[in-house]
Amino acid sequence: MAEAPGTAQLEATAEAEHARAARARLLRTGGAIVALAIVVTIVNVFSHGAFLTPGNLTNVLRQITYNAILAIGQTFVIITAGIDLSVGSLIELTGVVMASFANAVPLQGFALVVATLIVGLAVGCTAGFVNAVPVVRLNLPPFITTLAMMLMARGLAFKLAHGRPVAVNSTAFDAMGTGFFLQGPLHALGLPGIPIPVLWMAVLVALFAILLTRTRFGRYVFAIGGNEEAARLAGINVARVKTLVYVISGGCAAIAGLLLMARFESGSPNTGIGSELQSIAAVVVGGTSLAGGRGSVVSTFFGALLIGLLNNVMNLLGIESYTQDIVLGAVILLAVVADELRKRYLSR
Amino acid sequence: MTGIVKTFPGVRALDGVSFDAQSGEVHALVGENGAGKSTLMKILAGAYRADAGTIEIDGARVAIDGPRAAELLGIGMIYQEFNLVPDLSVVDNLLLGHEPVTRGFLDRRAAIARAGEVLAELRIALPLALPARKLTVAQQQLTEIAKALLRKARLIVMDEPTAALTEREIDALFALIGQLRAQGVAFVYISHRLEELPRISDRITVLRDGKTVETRPTAEMPRDEMIRLMVGRPLAAHFPDLPPVAADAPVVLEVKGLSSAAGVPVNDVSFSVRAGEIVGLAGLVGAGRTDIVRAIAGADVPTSGEIDVAGKHVIVHGPHSAIEAGIALITEDRKAQGLVLGMSVRENTTLAHLDAFERNGFIDRAKENAVTAREIAELRIRTPSGEQIVRNLSGGTQQKVVLSKWLIGDALVYLFDEPTRGIDVGAKAEIYLLMVDLLRRGAGIVMVSSELPEVLGMSHRVLVVRDGRIRAEFARGEATPDAVIAVATGVAA
Repeated sequence: MAEAPGTAQLEATAEAEHARAARARLLRTGGAIVALAIVVTIVNVFSHGAFLTPGNLTNVLRQITYNAILAIGQTFVIITAGIDLSVGSLIELTGVVMASFANAVPLQGFALVVATLIVGLAVGCTAGFVNAVPVVRLNLPPFITTLAMMLMARGLAFKLAHGRPVAVNSTAFDAMGTGFFLQGPLHALGLPGIPIPVLWMAVLVALFAILLTRTRFGRYVFAIGGNEEAARLAGINVARVKTLVYVISGGCAAIAGLLLMARFESGSPNTGIGSELQSIAAVVVGGTSLAGGRGSVVSTFFGALLIGLLNNVMNLLGIESYTQDIVLGAVILLAVVADELRKRYLSR
Repeated sequence: MTGIVKTFPGVRALDGVSFDAQSGEVHALVGENGAGKSTLMKILAGAYRADAGTIEIDGARVAIDGPRAAELLGIGMIYQEFNLVPDLSVVDNLLLGHEPVTRGFLDRRAAIARAGEVLAELRIALPLALPARKLTVAQQQLTEIAKALLRKARLIVMDEPTAALTEREIDALFALIGQLRAQGVAFVYISHRLEELPRISDRITVLRDGKTVETRPTAEMPRDEMIRLMVGRPLAAHFPDLPPVAADAPVVLEVKGLSSAAGVPVNDVSFSVRAGEIVGLAGLVGAGRTDIVRAIAGADVPTSGEIDVAGKHVIVHGPHSAIEAGIALITEDRKAQGLVLGMSVRENTTLAHLDAFERNGFIDRAKENAVTAREIAELRIRTPSGEQIVRNLSGGTQQKVVLSKWLIGDALVYLFDEPTRGIDVGAKAEIYLLMVDLLRRGAGIVMVSSELPEVLGMSHRVLVVRDGRIRAEFARGEATPDAVIAVATGVAA
């Protein structure tokens, strides 16, 4: 009987399986690291050393913060085989609402920041909930519901802001936008401090990575993306999990909106144009499958980092912005093609 | 068709089948579920390719490597669930892929003329401009027949053509078949309705377990004989002894007046299962057996009826409430419904009971690993490790993973839907032993199976389902293949 191999044989298979898994890990992470190292070396030479400086690298991290945070929420959505096109607009809507709120309430300092964050999260999460309802109740494609939200949120942001940025009067947000963490001690070592937004990003990546890999909710997210019907029949409340995923995505957009508002000292109705596609690109470059069932927050972070480094490098090399778009598009395509080829190689 | 062989992973669907049809005859093809009728016809229609064997048409050997090739050879296939494009008009459906073109543009007038010709020839009328989805089932069928004739079909295969027709529509269909037969068209007629065969067929071929059992003129094939040939194998000896149900065994599942409307409508189904008892649900594919167990397990929400588990009333409004109440459904399609194929053995095993593995809000991996290792050992799941992705496991092993998922929950009622479909004999025997083990633990089992020997060999009682209702109940000793088939096919009440 083909199904009854001996113990020795099973152990051999186990070993082969182990080796295969190790190879997979090596290809996944190792490949990326090697590619990165080669690119970094070349770029550093061509940019006459401007690339590999602590200041420049800190800058890159700061620049990718907003995209990386959006992409965290997007990762959850995409693992369930969904998509969220509304996050770019939600940055704007939450930004405008939070700026207006901060100008209107008589709070100050830390209390103002916390209250503003809560208001922004309420707006972002509500929008995510609205995105999810037709998806889970009527089984409508999320592409459509979030596209509709993208238009509505942007329109609403422009209306509320009367078409121009809403300047923030309070200085309570300055630290969050331009401040540094551990500036003193790091300066003593000749290094720049850690920008506060980067700290936010690091904490969020860690928290959501744990949520995705270590909790029941995270497991259900994968199960629904892998086989929604099997998940439902296993007693999982599919509607609730899917709704939460869009709520998380809306919440991430609100946090990105707050950080951007703090950085520019205003909530602007057109800062988020194209951000939804950038976040999807980060997720895909990070190796998450648009078909659902696979993915990781940490990989998404590296996807966002790769895109950010690429932008930075092209700026340093003085490459025209039109050309930058062409290169970026090609890199995204290459990343998914390489991922598909890797999968095929592994499943041989 | 001579010596046709077709193997699917784990199953030999056709094992050297030979079959022929002559022009101007209706040749009926009968057999139990899974005997290979559909597979054979799909090979003829180019939907599958045979692994071995030859096909000849008018004495010349042909290769049918796709639906297009079958069409060019004059073979028309009419599936049970038709192949019309719902939003295209009848005329567009008739000429799909053969649209008349004038100077590079579709010639609508020519299309209507062409369709009209065929309908006139058939002496039938169809609303040509109507979208196909607005047709009645009988009209859709006529459209399919006309479509086949437009493509100059000389052999038409019909799969269960009368399943959804009224008496009058059946008469009209048979008249049309008779008319075309007189013009020299050959028909292969697949049907579970044995009683209609004497009316329509010239010859009958019985298939069983992927082999041709017998071909005879219809006049020489009485119905009893046909049934005997269909089920004719001796009951396989690999079923374990079922422990008798204790006289005072409590009722673990009581279903009263259950109805649902999700798939095949379930109508007023009532039965009970005692601890230590296996109740088999027999019937043809599409009779509503799966729909009954799905309604009990909340996979489809019942529209009415009462479900009691161990004497306690359960309101089933989804899978979760059924699982909470101690009902486990092992679905028939493990790939589509039972497993998350991209997940590991461990993740699949614990999926339905993750709450039991939660500690301080996190999944307790050590406990997960321990339980998975225990299940792998107990069920003898042949996997290199708990981390193996289930997609890479064999069918029988995957089925054991599905079982492990439900066994760790210690349910009171296990609903098995086709528990051994598509798995090899050895794994089957192990699954039977597991079922017996569940009985010893005090669980009750409902088993849906299309394999008659399995239902008869593994049930304390057999309920026969037809058209979403329970039509007959047989105790273990009384359930003979002939009696069950007779009720399932509607020959007997």
